[in-house]
This record gives sequence, C-alpha cells and structure tokens, in this order.
Amino acid sequence: MKHTISVSVQHSFNALSRIVGLFSGRGYKIDSISFGEGEEPGMARVTITASGDEQVIEQITKQLHKIVDVHKVADLTYIPFVERDLALIKVKATPTSRSEIMQVCGVFRAQIIDITPKTLTIEVTGKKDKVDAAISMLRPFGIKEVARTGSVALKREFKGLT
Amino acid sequence: MSSMTVAAKSKRTNGTQKPNKATPKTEMTGGEILLTTLSDIGVEVIFGYPGGVVLGLYDSIFKLTDKPRHILVRHEQGGTHAADGYARATGKVGVVLATSGPGATNTVTGIATAYMDSIPMVIFTGQVSSEMIGNDAFQEADIVGITRPITKHSYLVMDPGDVESVIHDAFHIASTGRPGPVLIDLPKNTLNGKGVYTGSYKVAIKSYKPSKSGNHPKVAKAAELLNNAKRPLIYAGGGIIQGEASKELTALAKKSGIPVTTTLMGLGCFPETDPQSLGMLGMHGTWCANMAISECDVLLAVGARFDDRVTGNLDGFSQHSKKIHIDIDPSSISKNVAIEVPIVGHVKNILPDLTKLVKKTKIDDWKATIKNWQTVHPLRYKKQKGAIMPQFLIEKISEITKGEAIIATDVGQHQMWVAQLYKFNHPRSMLTSGGLGTMGYGFPAAMGAAVGCPERDVVCISGDGGFQMTAFELATAVEHKIPVKVIILNNGYLGMVRQWQELFFGGRYSHSHLAGGNPDFVKLAESYGAVGMRTDKEEELVPLLKKCMAIKHKPVIFDVLVKQEENVYPMVPAGAALQDMVDTED
Repeated sequence: MKHTISVSVQHSFNALSRIVGLFSGRGYKIDSISFGEGEEPGMARVTITASGDEQVIEQITKQLHKIVDVHKVADLTYIPFVERDLALIKVKATPTSRSEIMQVCGVFRAQIIDITPKTLTIEVTGKKDKVDAAISMLRPFGIKEVARTGSVALKREFKGLT
Repeated sequence: MSSMTVAAKSKRTNGTQKPNKATPKTEMTGGEILLTTLSDIGVEVIFGYPGGVVLGLYDSIFKLTDKPRHILVRHEQGGTHAADGYARATGKVGVVLATSGPGATNTVTGIATAYMDSIPMVIFTGQVSSEMIGNDAFQEADIVGITRPITKHSYLVMDPGDVESVIHDAFHIASTGRPGPVLIDLPKNTLNGKGVYTGSYKVAIKSYKPSKSGNHPKVAKAAELLNNAKRPLIYAGGGIIQGEASKELTALAKKSGIPVTTTLMGLGCFPETDPQSLGMLGMHGTWCANMAISECDVLLAVGARFDDRVTGNLDGFSQHSKKIHIDIDPSSISKNVAIEVPIVGHVKNILPDLTKLVKKTKIDDWKATIKNWQTVHPLRYKKQKGAIMPQFLIEKISEITKGEAIIATDVGQHQMWVAQLYKFNHPRSMLTSGGLGTMGYGFPAAMGAAVGCPERDVVCISGDGGFQMTAFELATAVEHKIPVKVIILNNGYLGMVRQWQELFFGGRYSHSHLAGGNPDFVKLAESYGAVGMRTDKEEELVPLLKKCMAIKHKPVIFDVLVKQEENVYPMVPAGAALQDMVDTED
C-alpha cells in the first residue's frame, strides 16, 4: 500500500543524504521524494511516498526518527491530508493540434507557460492521479519532456466535510 | 536533576573532569580549540596517526600542555578498534584521530564495527582545505559520504568557531540513547584558522531527544505476564551493558527466580556462575538456552535486538511465547519478531519499575525441565591424546583468571569457544565484534581496554588468522608498555571457514589453510620487543599460562598449537530453527 510520509528536518547538507541513504541502504523503495525549505529558516520539509507492508512502513518511520537531524515524522496515510503534485509537460504542438491541446488543458485547469511554433509547455497541479491523467491525455500529441515534483503533502486541519 | 541525567552526563565523558586552563573567549586555532574542548570534556586518551592536513593539529598536540594523552597506533584501523575496546571496557567515549584520504578510509572497518555493536566513539578526520573540496585534491576522500551509513551522525566543520560546539554535540550524541560512532571531518583551514573558544557551550540539540523513562502502563502489563507465566525466560543483550543495568537485571532475576540467557553481546551482564544462568543462546549457544527459548511461554527481551545469529529461522523462533521487549531504540522493537508488549526506554530506569511489580514465580516444573536439558546436553568435547583441545585452553584461561579478566576476541571458532566456556561474571569484560564480525578486532581492542583499565588483566584470545590482520600493533603495545596477553589458538586454519567447508562444502578446504604461511609467532613477538611463548603440550599449558599472566609492562604472545580440525558444537545449521540444533558431531 502507498504511504505518504512527511518529515520535518534540519536543512543541513547531510540530512537529505541520510534520508535517501536510509532507503537505499535498507532496501526500501521510494516512489517519490520532494525536499524544500520549511516553515522556519534552517528547516526543510521532505515528503516521501513509499510502498510497502505495514511492518516495512513502521520500520521506515522509526528509522527516519532516529536520524539526528529529523525533528518530526508523520505518516499521513491514515489521517486526512492534502497532497499536490506539480508537473511541467512539454508537448509537440502544430498549428492544427494547438487548440485541441488547449481544450485538454482547460479540462485539467492546466496553465500554458511557454509556447513556440512547435511546442507547448504546460503546468498542471493536483493529486498524483490527476497529473497522471493529464499526462496520458497529452501523450497522443507527442510528449517531449516531463518534470514532476513528486507529492508534497500536509496534514489537513479542516475537520468537517472531508 | 534526576539521577538519570547525572548518569548520562558522567557517561559521556572519557575520564575525570579536569579544570580548564584556557581562558574563555579567547581566539585560538581550530586545532587548539579541539584539544582544549576534549580536555574540558575530560577525554583521557586519543588513538591517532598523523598526516598531511592534520600537521597543524599535531603541532598543537606537541605544544599544548593541557590535552589528552595521544597514543600513536600503527594503522588507523588499529586506532578505531583500540578506541572501541577502550569504550567497551570503560563505558566512556573512545576517541580516534586520523588524517584525510587514506587515513580516513582506514578507519571505516573500525567505525562499522562500533556502529553494529552500538559503541560510543568520536572519530576526527582531517580533510583537504575547504576551497579544495571536490577537486580530487591529494589525499581527498568524501569520508562523511563514505561513512554515512555506519555513523550515528556526522559533521563537516567549515568554521573554526564551530569546532567547540560540534565536539560537545558529538559526544552527547555518541553516548546517549542507543550509542554509536559520530564522525567529525575537519578541513585543514578549519584546523589552522582562528576561531573564538568560549569554554561555556551547553548542548541543546532540538531534534535529538532520546527516550529516557518507560511507558508505565506497559510495565504493569509486562509484570502481569511474567507473574502468571509457567515457563518464563529472560533474554538479555548488550543493551544491559551499554545501559549500565547489570545490577538492575540481576535484581529482577533474583526476585522473580526467572532463568536468564544472554546474547554474545550480553555476556557478563548476568553472572554465569549463577545457577539461574543458562549461558549464551543462538547459533553456537547452549542446548538448554536454545530449548528454553523455544519452549518458554513468556519471553522478556531486554536490550537485545533479535539478531539472526540469535533467532535462527524466524518461522520457528519461540513460537509459544508472549514477548515483552525493553529497548531504548524503538526501531529495534518488532523489527524481526512481533512483540506483544513493547517498552521503549532506558533499561536502567525501567527494570527497577518492573522489579517492584514482579513476584517470586512458581516455576519448579520449568526449572526441572531446564535442569534436565543441562544434564543431558551439557557443553562437552572429546579429549584427544597428544593434542591440546582448544576448549580445554579456554577453560584453563577462565580458571586461572577466575573469570575476572577482560577478554577480547577476533571472530570465528575461538570466539565461540570463549563465549561458551569463559565464565564471565562482570559486565564490560567481553570485547568482541558481534554484529560486524570483524577479524583483527581483538588485539587492538585489548590494547584500548588495557589503556582504559590498567588495574585489570586484559587477554586477547585470537586465532592465527585474526591476529595477523592487526599484528603490527605490537609496536604500539611495546612502545606504550601495554601489558596485553595475546593467546593464539593456533590451528593452522581459518577454523570457522574450515568447519563450514567440512560440514557444508564436502570437505573442500578452499583457501582456509594458513599453516603454510604462518610466521614463527615467538620470533615475531621478540622482534618487536614483546615476550613470545609457545607450547603444544597439554601438561605445559597451565604453568605457561600462569607465567604469561604474571608478565606486566610488556605484551606477551602465547602461541598455543591446538588440535587442528576441531569443530564448534552445539550448532544451529544456517536456516534451521533453534530447536533443531545439532548437539555434537556424532
């Protein structure tokens, strides 16, 4: 089962290496990882999605806790959380296909952020499934390059109507 | 302040607190700050080796008066093992110093050894100047990267002004929680550049707060299980020794009457001459310990980690028991074996809570069963006329030292015979590479122990293979008059490799025969200025052992030619369950 783990960590040169090294060294698989500045200066937030049975995920969270630079580890999987993945997709576009591509973008509320006579670069944001769907809809036009952030996630504070 | 905090504080020092002679808030070089800070912490000894980028630091070692003693080893691996042996024997933090590049990479095996066995150690490595890092400079190695998976934490210090705080933090991290090695990489310009020394830094690491107390409701649950058990067993590991909780464990065992088996790392945490002791369990454990763990109905694991050499095949491991596990490291709990009652915390604090709640158990049937296993399947071996049996040698060493010596070993047959037959009665007496299984560990570790505990006898029991991996440290031992006794069980083979080749590879002794190239160990000892002795006669053994133990101020190599093709039994074959162990050869 897929788990989303959020880690609050010291923004040190060693911290990210220790986190990634933990996965490779112990044979755990990372599906995606994102690393960026956190809420305070000197802090970083790492969001990891990983698959594994309960025992493996329990070990991963415990081992992450043991890293000296790690402040907090939260497995968001069983609590309400918000999650977004951002993708930049460069597709081949001819004057004839361009409007059709833009219609697809409209459905996914995607933005066009770069345009040339032969290409369109599209920004799409959402849950992983939505981004996957956008990519699969754009694939027939000819995808040249894709860059994705992987999931970033936070615990949901709003308790009602979820 | 709780007693725990005091214990943790005193444990993290490597000696007695000395008054700090340097004036606070002065500007010094990074190297001077390093030595002054070590002195502040109370570090007694550094095992080190100089080289290019640490020349400035070595100049400070030459000039400064208030500094730890420096022992020049002959190889950085020997230095890390010596610091490790010092740490295991004393409970203080071991300190190593090496230069950049090859000096640093030579420490890797020693760091990994300490990491696997949770030994507190701080390793200082030199690094090329910060502006050269990444240029493939002469003697440059990314030692922080290389050692990342085998250190508890590591630092690359870019500013001389950070040296003081980093060292204090490193000692705190190395010695608290589940202990482990911490590496501090120091570029040349950090060591030689100037920074302010404050003399007043207080450790406060926001993200690092190892658990100290127990989870009390679960302690009650544990006591209830133990009180109602018909076949309870205590399985104690190295955590008892690291956590200084031997007395607390013994109190629990004595009050409840529950039998105790220890792991290789736990040897000495419960007196083996006590009738409640079942000896070691696991692959070469005693028959009664392995049967007891297979048959028990409540298993109390304390400071142990259910290592594969202990559990055998997991599917068959202690199937009838409810399991309680006390450990400071939450990731050790339910890692290999599912636990009904997990208790995370410091054994020294949790065991007394548990002892208060346990009652004297009524387990006469269980004790009778265990007694029967002990009687029918004791540790035994067949004597052979004209040959010294290796087991006999260990028994004699145990008798002559009355189980009071510190014993260091290498890895293999001799290590298992020591574990089975030496009667350890005190913690911090068995120094052995349990997790990593490092050959060449024993002799330098024994040196470190002898430096830390000059009042105790220190014996390295080794093989002809293992000793040769770090034999050159004889120079260090002779120079510093470290009176380590090295007793070589010389069987002319890599004994354990040969045993497995005999049992599982059709007797094809592929590259396990050493006798053809072995040196004359007596002459080797003498060439370094140590004492060399040899025997192959059983009747000479005891007098020579006594003579060997009486030599002070000099290392001794005692080469004992033992029976060549002897096997370690009992044995759990690889992949088998503990209850399927093989008792003897026939």
